[in-house]
Amino acid sequence: MWKILTKSIREYKKPSVLAPAFVSMEVVIECIIPFITAQLVNQIKAGCGVDTILKYGLLLLAMAGFSLLFGRLSGTACATAASGFARNLRRDMFHSIQSFSFENIDRFPPSSLVTRLTTDVTNVQMAYMMIIRVAIRSPLMLIFAVIMAFIMGGRLALIFAFAIPFLGTGLYLIIRKAFPIFKRVFRKYDALNRSIQENIQGIRVVKSFVREAYEKQKFEKAAEDVRMEFTAAEKILAFSSPIMQFCLYINMVLILTFGAYTIISTQGLHFNVGQLSSLMVYSFQTLVSLMMLSMVFVMITIANESAHRIAEVLQEKSTLVNPENPVYDVKDGSVDFSGVSFRYSEKAERMALEHIDLHIRSGETIGILGGTGSSKTSLVQLIPRLYDATEGVVKVGGLGVQAYDISALRNQVSMVLQNNLLFSGTIKENLRWGNPLATDEEMREACRLAQADDFIAQFPDGYDTHIEQGGTNISGGQKQRLCIARALLKKPKILILDDSTSAVDTHTDAKIRKAFRDYIPDTTKIVIAQRVASVQDADRIVLMDKGGIVAVGTHEELLEKSEIYREVYESQNKAGGRQ
Amino acid sequence: MKRGMYKKGTAKRLLKTLFQFHPVALPLITLCIVFTAAVSSMPSIFMQNIIAVLEQNQGGDWAHVGSQILRLVSILAVLYMVSLASSLVYNRAMAVITQASLKKMREKLFNKMEGLPVRYFDTHPHGDIMSHYTNDIDTLRQFISQSMPQLLISAITILTLFSIMIYYSVWMAGVVLGGVAFMLLVIRKVGGNSAKYFIRQQRSLGKAEGYIEEMMNGQKVIKVFCHEEETKAGFDAVNDDLFHNSEQANTFANILAPILMNIGNLIYVAVAMAGGIFLLTKAHNLSISGLVFSISVVVPFLNITRQFCGNINQVSQQLNAVIMGLAGADRIFAVLDEASEEDAGHIMLVNSKEENGALVECAERTELWAWKEPLPDGTARYTRLAGDVRLREVNFHYAEDKSVLHHITLFAEPGQKVAFVGATGAGKTTITNLLNRFYDIADGEISYDGININKIKKSDLRRAIGLVLQDTNLFTGTVIDNIRYGRLDATDAECETAAKLAGAHDFITRLPEGYRTLLLSNGSNLSQGQRQLIAIARAAVADPPVMILDEATSSIDTHTEAIVQRGMDDLMKGRTVFVIAHRLSTVQNSDVIMVLERGEIIERGSHAHLIEEKGKYYQLYTGAFELE
Repeated sequence: MWKILTKSIREYKKPSVLAPAFVSMEVVIECIIPFITAQLVNQIKAGCGVDTILKYGLLLLAMAGFSLLFGRLSGTACATAASGFARNLRRDMFHSIQSFSFENIDRFPPSSLVTRLTTDVTNVQMAYMMIIRVAIRSPLMLIFAVIMAFIMGGRLALIFAFAIPFLGTGLYLIIRKAFPIFKRVFRKYDALNRSIQENIQGIRVVKSFVREAYEKQKFEKAAEDVRMEFTAAEKILAFSSPIMQFCLYINMVLILTFGAYTIISTQGLHFNVGQLSSLMVYSFQTLVSLMMLSMVFVMITIANESAHRIAEVLQEKSTLVNPENPVYDVKDGSVDFSGVSFRYSEKAERMALEHIDLHIRSGETIGILGGTGSSKTSLVQLIPRLYDATEGVVKVGGLGVQAYDISALRNQVSMVLQNNLLFSGTIKENLRWGNPLATDEEMREACRLAQADDFIAQFPDGYDTHIEQGGTNISGGQKQRLCIARALLKKPKILILDDSTSAVDTHTDAKIRKAFRDYIPDTTKIVIAQRVASVQDADRIVLMDKGGIVAVGTHEELLEKSEIYREVYESQNKAGGRQ
Repeated sequence: MKRGMYKKGTAKRLLKTLFQFHPVALPLITLCIVFTAAVSSMPSIFMQNIIAVLEQNQGGDWAHVGSQILRLVSILAVLYMVSLASSLVYNRAMAVITQASLKKMREKLFNKMEGLPVRYFDTHPHGDIMSHYTNDIDTLRQFISQSMPQLLISAITILTLFSIMIYYSVWMAGVVLGGVAFMLLVIRKVGGNSAKYFIRQQRSLGKAEGYIEEMMNGQKVIKVFCHEEETKAGFDAVNDDLFHNSEQANTFANILAPILMNIGNLIYVAVAMAGGIFLLTKAHNLSISGLVFSISVVVPFLNITRQFCGNINQVSQQLNAVIMGLAGADRIFAVLDEASEEDAGHIMLVNSKEENGALVECAERTELWAWKEPLPDGTARYTRLAGDVRLREVNFHYAEDKSVLHHITLFAEPGQKVAFVGATGAGKTTITNLLNRFYDIADGEISYDGININKIKKSDLRRAIGLVLQDTNLFTGTVIDNIRYGRLDATDAECETAAKLAGAHDFITRLPEGYRTLLLSNGSNLSQGQRQLIAIARAAVADPPVMILDEATSSIDTHTEAIVQRGMDDLMKGRTVFVIAHRLSTVQNSDVIMVLERGEIIERGSHAHLIEEKGKYYQLYTGAFELE
């Protein structure tokens, strides 16, 4: 798994290698400095002159200079390597998501992708910084300190041999006990956040049902859950620092006792006070390094989950691929379904579409009607190859959709999705999604067809009006009309409207349809609608039910031969207001 | 360096809040930390003593010196034990306190949020509100659990060490102070830069998050328009910005420690030099102890210098956490300082029954509701709840400069179905926002059963009005839990009946686990139409005397809609219903239809009446059929 991630290091390999190298130098110097200061102290004690102190001072100064240099270099390299790695991870993930097919997109909820791209990458970044900085530093420090301890203290350093395994075991147990709790607590934390999110979005529901107290109670329970789990985990982690202190103190006491004994009994010949002080310094260094090392393990275990989630996205392969020798030219706007069946995933039990045979001529207007769940949307999504049919063939312009270059096909088959979206930016910027090179006149033309020009003209900033994220500052009907205009700017051979005028009033809806008929007669138009009125003037109407086509014909034909159609029509026009 | 990162006084307020959360525990822990810090600095004094003894007796005999040393070592061991015990206590107590504080903070925030007016949610991006709970609380975690105790310990250690320094020699302490002043300058410069970039990093992370969120939600639109490359380019820009700030922030944070450490080395050298010169020149020492310059002053002093600098370095490591924590606290406090929804109403909704022709309040649910107006003399006046809603000359605007509704006057009598028709933006939804006082009117009067709604307690007013909105919001839980949200004491059978009324029963029984099917993230496993049906069932189970259906059936096919309408007509027989819809078939059978245009009612009457009048409604209606 980490292998997949490390591919994203790329241009940051250099700082990633340099950082530990600089860190090593830093460590070496840091370990030499106490050695020199010990000498200095001994010299002062021996009553040396200022010139000797000056000599040592200069040496120390030089060492400090080097230490600073390497510290700075390693700090910069670490920051660059870790931030750069994170940047590449985000970039690779985001770019990979852009190659996802609809099927891939369905597998990852947007909120989960957001977390993967932000929080998860940040976790990995922190862990990576720890790895290249501390994971080298601590073992080096440890080894160096132990070696120095043996040089300085000889047999006395054997005391370390007891302290190190003891501390190691203690830290290991702490991590092992705390980690499963952490894993659990993150799930509870997610649940807590979900409940907050629901309250923010549904505040009107909460308030109108006067459920504030109920929600507070619910929240209190969830928050208490999180608190209890976190407290349990942190209480275990709280042992790590006292355990380390415990080892350190035992070390100190033993070193002092045996050290003092050795000094006195050997008359300071084999072991002197200076050595004793350095031994204590090294003992401190050893245990701190061990402690840092354990922190690295904690970081890695926490980041492991995140790394796993990132790898999932990076490994996901798009289920749709461009053919080897793609066709770029779509001949005309004809569409043919021959024996098409379709299901959303291999695991789905039910076919969303079954045995569809439908042939649409270029330039024809087709209306599609059907109840909720009749797979109208599934049917039209196969035309721009948003999904591949499970069985059978879908042809556009006389050629199977899989033969085309995907972009070329989608540029000719323009689809207005059911849950459509505008993006933050000006109206013009949004319209240019349809055609980046569209002139102002072309945009106005498309908006006139979609009956959007009038209301845009009423905005103080006209076409430069800023649309908020999700288009919250314009009405639903206006949004839908802009979405249609955006799709029209592609000048497609086939235009698909998936319930795209549901928020538009009937009068405007009629105007849009008239404009389509008058101004883009050669474009094949496929319109999914709830209202019979929206489709009754189509060349043919396709009536769908439970993933199959029930009836096809003109309005009059269907009124005559389809009972369902007649029922729907009458239910919508029953009040007898027609004259 | 702190300017603009957080408000003045935030630190004080945060500490005050924390102490209010734990008025007993926190002072105790503070004492415990002070004690730990004080005890922790004692061993170094004993160590000096032991070394001093050793030096004096280097040529001595263990039998003679041994007992003296062992005595000192055992005192040291005892001190260690005490410090260890107190450190264990405060570490564990701190873990408990941190989580308890975060929980209380979350609750405080949530309770505040539930009381904020709807306007707040309409004017603040939801992602921003959310980040108070995630990012801001997170910065507090670091602040409380690590920075606070660490700063306290370091401060005490620094003070203790400084006292020891002047105990030995004021002159040499002066040398150290000079060095420390230099350190502070460096911390100010480098640490300030680091904090600055950390805040910027946070900001660009927020920006990246916003971009990612928008694009992930619009991923299908991106595919349909083959807009992948442009989207990638847009992302690369925010990503590079984030990288830059993150790199800078971490660089400054990483290099601060080595810089300070080596300044520490410099100070060490300087002190050694100074000590050497003082020794050589036999300078006069100024100290508390009255010791004269000697090796036994200079050598311990050098050790203390090292510790002193180390502690300052530790303080500097907390700098980023402190500044980010305070900035987070600042944002949380800003929410807590928002004005809550005001409610000056005193009239309540109570259960009642009829006794001798008069209304009497009772505890059990009777289906007969009454408005209770407490009178000054201790008695109360009861008015039977009927569902008579009147608007008189209502004017309203969301923002000062833009008027939304003008001179709206309308009556809805109990049992009537009142519909609002009009282009989006005409003010239909606004009227419903006013009825249950999500927003308050600027001018005019709205009355419910003859009572000005300003006099009714908001919670009771809202309980008397059912609301179904176009954008349905369901909660994590089972289907039946979601329906029961309308009335918490509803039985399973009552919920099912409501679902049948709403036409939702059929599809619910076809779900994998029927009414026990778990709904995730706002019911994303259902279609928009199915979500609307559940929302209607939820309102139906509440069984309110007045119901507002705001585009509640917009995503439901007309066949199902007819079923829903029949059910709702049954339920609301004799009660008042407000319907907002753009689909004329939805509103045709209403008693009164109001046609709204630019915040004014331009036509009103029944369907037949409006058709006859041949006005705007007639145009709308016939517009749909002109192409026949």
